[in-house]
Amino acid sequence: MKPLREVGIIGYGAYIPRYRLPAAEVARVWTEGHAGLPVEEKSVPGLDEDTATIAIEAARNALARGGIAAQSIRAVWVGSESHPYAVKPTSTIVAEAIGATPQVSAADWEFACKAGTEALQAAIALVGSGMTDFAMAIGADTAQGRPGDALEYTTAAGGAAYIIGPREHSLAYLEGSYSYVTDTPDFFRRPYQHYPEHGGRFTGQPAYFKHITHAVEALLQELGYTPGDFAAAVFHQPNTKFPQRVAQMLGFSKEQIRVGLLAPKIGNTYAASSLLGLTAVLDEAKPGDRILLASFGSGAGSDAFSFVVTDLIQERQRLAPTTQAYIARRKPVDYALYVRYRRKLQMH
Amino acid sequence: MNVPRYWRSERTRYGLVGEICRSCGKPIFPPRDVCPHCTDEGQDVHPFGGKGQVYSFSTVYDAPAGYTEYQPYTVALIKLDEGPLVTAQLTDVDNEAVHIGMPVEMVTRKIKEEGENGLIIYGYKFRPVLESKSSRPDRF
Amino acid sequence: MREVSIIGIGQTQVGEIWERSLRDLAVDAIRAALKDAHLERVDALYVGNMLSGECIAQQHLGVLIADWAGLGPIEAVKVEAADASGAAALRMGYLAVASGVHDYVLVCGVEKVTDVDAETANAAWSSAMDAEYEAFQGVTMPALAGLLMRRYMHEFGVAREDFAPFAVTAHANGANNPYAMFRSPITAEAYAKAGMVAEPISMFDAAPLCDGAAAVVLCPRERAADLSNKPVHIRASAVATDRLAVHSRRDPLFLQAAYLSAQKAYLQAGVSPQDVDLFELHDAFTILAAMSLEACGFAERGKAVHLAKEGGIACNGRIPISTMGGLKARGHPIGATGVYQIVELALQLRGEAGANQIDCRLGMAQSLGGSGATAITHILEA
Repeated sequence: MKPLREVGIIGYGAYIPRYRLPAAEVARVWTEGHAGLPVEEKSVPGLDEDTATIAIEAARNALARGGIAAQSIRAVWVGSESHPYAVKPTSTIVAEAIGATPQVSAADWEFACKAGTEALQAAIALVGSGMTDFAMAIGADTAQGRPGDALEYTTAAGGAAYIIGPREHSLAYLEGSYSYVTDTPDFFRRPYQHYPEHGGRFTGQPAYFKHITHAVEALLQELGYTPGDFAAAVFHQPNTKFPQRVAQMLGFSKEQIRVGLLAPKIGNTYAASSLLGLTAVLDEAKPGDRILLASFGSGAGSDAFSFVVTDLIQERQRLAPTTQAYIARRKPVDYALYVRYRRKLQMH
Repeated sequence: MNVPRYWRSERTRYGLVGEICRSCGKPIFPPRDVCPHCTDEGQDVHPFGGKGQVYSFSTVYDAPAGYTEYQPYTVALIKLDEGPLVTAQLTDVDNEAVHIGMPVEMVTRKIKEEGENGLIIYGYKFRPVLESKSSRPDRF
Repeated sequence: MREVSIIGIGQTQVGEIWERSLRDLAVDAIRAALKDAHLERVDALYVGNMLSGECIAQQHLGVLIADWAGLGPIEAVKVEAADASGAAALRMGYLAVASGVHDYVLVCGVEKVTDVDAETANAAWSSAMDAEYEAFQGVTMPALAGLLMRRYMHEFGVAREDFAPFAVTAHANGANNPYAMFRSPITAEAYAKAGMVAEPISMFDAAPLCDGAAAVVLCPRERAADLSNKPVHIRASAVATDRLAVHSRRDPLFLQAAYLSAQKAYLQAGVSPQDVDLFELHDAFTILAAMSLEACGFAERGKAVHLAKEGGIACNGRIPISTMGGLKARGHPIGATGVYQIVELALQLRGEAGANQIDCRLGMAQSLGGSGATAITHILEA
């Protein structure tokens, strides 16, 4: 898919909370240390953090890099599966906090882990159609896993924000995108339920692998590229292994996914997962780099994008904290503190 | 529900938005209709940069109703780069590492929740300044 | 303006008074004060109270207490100025008598905080601050004092332990006050080891929130001798204010309102700090005691802890403070505290202070609202 008007990323921003829960802590409590660990550790939000606060900081970083007035942004869209309110938009809080209100469109997106890239597709369309010059898409989450469940090792928190604008102002312009969606209930959460249900191994082949490979292969075919044409590739990262395996299946090398593979250090940040991988890649990108982004959202679908980095990247990288700076800002917590921070203690 | 009360001051609280006095030119936070410096009326909206230093701090071990979930937390007087002192919580910090003169920056965080069914109230807090450049050598 | 005298005093036990309600406590203090003044009726009642709305869902205290004390259909209103509510009520009573509007006036300070849990009382007390820009951030009154103490230590190069003499002195004096909440002396070692409430404020830096009521009866000085053989005369009554929030003050470590109200009081009484024999100050926190001494001219900036360390604040010192235990040991029944200070000064000036009796003629009391945004100073003479 290509918009009528050429568009790109004007500014981007990452946010990762300070706290980390080593996967070994979960294993210590639930398997006496005998479980295999899907990541080294995951990010844990502080007591005063939620999807809105995470999105706000990522959005402010994107604005700092974009160098545009908040008032010129005409859409603020936040994708998440952990919106603080069931009814009441996260996006209005974010838009107010960054100073984008009131001449702005705002809405929340929901599509499990690809809610953020779905918002990105829409932002591309809004700017690409010529309706407006600047639109912001955010993926942010504070994911929950049931205590002792396989998900508890990886469910993490983080956010990434992108400002889409005209290609001539962009630090990376869009070459094309592709979305691939089927009704595949590999993971879901019913209303009023605190923790999601998942299909175990069913989340793999028929869900994650099938949707990402179809989306990426179709995009490559549309654009006439092979994996070798890309400097870097980022895939959704529910754990360390899945993105490595899907890269291999598609013909991408370990080096191509190295910079954007954050799951081992921060876990699965859900709607922010692949988008944070992309911020990490952009932090280190050089002009001319072609970058593949492919998300995955349970339910299920994948959005794939191809961006090419421009000369503007050099002056903008340093205008906000890097993804690695947030990863380096690290305070490990034990399982007890994690349980308190994630409000798993029954207080009343 | 104290919705109007919080709604009214969202701009101030979310983004540390104060004023500059049109008469004496001094920055004002929190915003007020009568300038605390020259007592003239008429202020222009001014978003503060959010950078400052810890002027003093105190760690609360005995929180009041509504804040107990977050204790212990450190509250501070922050000397903003533009001049005014602001009272705010510190966040993302080890309480024992706080010191007078510590450079801090504003972030927007949850201040409290009005119970499980109530409003979530957000506002400014401050945290140790995060390096904006990555630690890798600058290659440009 | 007429001169005003105190012809009757009354107080209840300070502490966690489980058996007595707010109205019971007020009536007890009022009946004692009326008995002391040999009076049955007064023209007006001014009630100092801060937290009755928050803690017992009761406002309209003026009439409630006049009604329950059997005072009849007199003028009766509540006066509120946070922790200085009691002193503010005295100020209103003083103005009423001095102006000639009333001849006999009752002033009662009363507080009841133990009907609610500590978190609720704490949150209610926080309403003395700027609710939108201080309390909203989870700042408690001890934390506000902690901010001042930490900065004071930093600017004047003193340690937390240097504040111990304020707590030690207050507890030593409280031990001899039968109405005090805490009647056990403490040591500097105990102070050093005390648990933190809002670091650097420990439980021994902070006065306890508690219940209590105190009352005084006022009349014109020319009639005082007819009714009392030990009248105490109000030589000065002065109120000043500062910016409500600490962060808005020009110099957070200087109690501008305390300074201004003390200066006004010295001027009215025609005295200087050297003439003052004892000073009942607002030691809700040790740091406030130090800052009050400095603002009122008893110590130079940053030197109050040295004055305390050298014994200057003890009953036999240069300027005795908290002679009946102060807020720290007698207890801090918030809206009643300002009246307790007056009752205790009167006891000293009447020579009825027992083991803590000071040879005195002129005494000063200063009550602070919140962190010092309101300061009310009274100078009394035997």
